[in-house]
Amino acid sequence: MEVPILKQGSYLIASVQSALTDADLRQLQERLAGMVSRHRSRGVVVDLAAMDVMDSFASRTLRDTAHMLRLRGAATVIVGIQPEVAFAMVQLGMNLEGIATALDLEDGLALLDERVGGGPGHVR
Amino acid sequence: MSDEACVPINWEVDVVTARQRGRALASELGFSRGDLALIATAISEVARNILEYAGHGEVTVATAQDGRRRGIMVVARDEGPGIADIALAMQDGYSTGKGLGVGLPGSRRLMDDFEIASEVGKGTTVTMRKWVP
Ligand SMILES: Nc1ncnc2c1ncn2[C@@H]1O[C@H](COP(=O)(O)OP(=O)(O)OP(=O)(O)O)[C@@H](O)[C@H]1O
Ligand SMILES: [Mg+2]
Repeated sequence: MEVPILKQGSYLIASVQSALTDADLRQLQERLAGMVSRHRSRGVVVDLAAMDVMDSFASRTLRDTAHMLRLRGAATVIVGIQPEVAFAMVQLGMNLEGIATALDLEDGLALLDERVGGGPGHVR
Repeated sequence: MSDEACVPINWEVDVVTARQRGRALASELGFSRGDLALIATAISEVARNILEYAGHGEVTVATAQDGRRRGIMVVARDEGPGIADIALAMQDGYSTGKGLGVGLPGSRRLMDDFEIASEVGKGTTVTMRKWVP
């Protein structure tokens, strides 16, 4: 299932709507990388509210994605991770170290504004 | 229990199916939301290992009973290459692939019981249980 990615000013917002397969995650990574380059986006919010599980592959792929986007000039914020999903991640031994996280989309966008400093075309 | 299931693991999407079937059974058994996430995560790890190292296999989720305790039993079975050194494979950070080596030791932490049997050239069976508190 393809994750919808919305362009909002200089930001991109990817909202995961359902459980993702490994292929879905890899595709999300590729599409975000392509769109950040094409639109010269400065920030990306990935909303994981609908994600049932963050296993080792999903955590690793998201971490790689954030690093890749940073190299292309965009800051990434992960939002919406359910508390029980976060707890399971920690028990498993995974973390999202080095990645900014926020409670929800609104907080995520506010954090991006702080990090990349808004500028022309910014959303809020 | 109606939600017992055997899920063949051949494709990536089967990993998602396996953890969803496990979650459904665990939910029926009365596990909390938090426990459902732990169980689903462990199933995801062992199912992915099947796909990655053996190519195919199956994950069975069933009700476990031990005296008055009830819980969920997850069995991940494959006839892949097997694991030469199980103690090493169970160590955090050990991976022969491009992983972080958290799948097996992490699943052991997520569940109450964890057993692994493996023979080189024959295959691997991981059996995990979690009891309803
Ligand atoms: N079903 C299996 N068949 C054969 N070898 C396996 C199997 N499961 C695990 N292994 C071996 O055990 C090692 C450790 O597995 P584990 O799941 O802990 O880490 P990983 O899969 O390498 O990385 P991660 O799970 O963090 O992505 C693997 O690298 C692999 O060599
Ligand atoms: Mg693994």
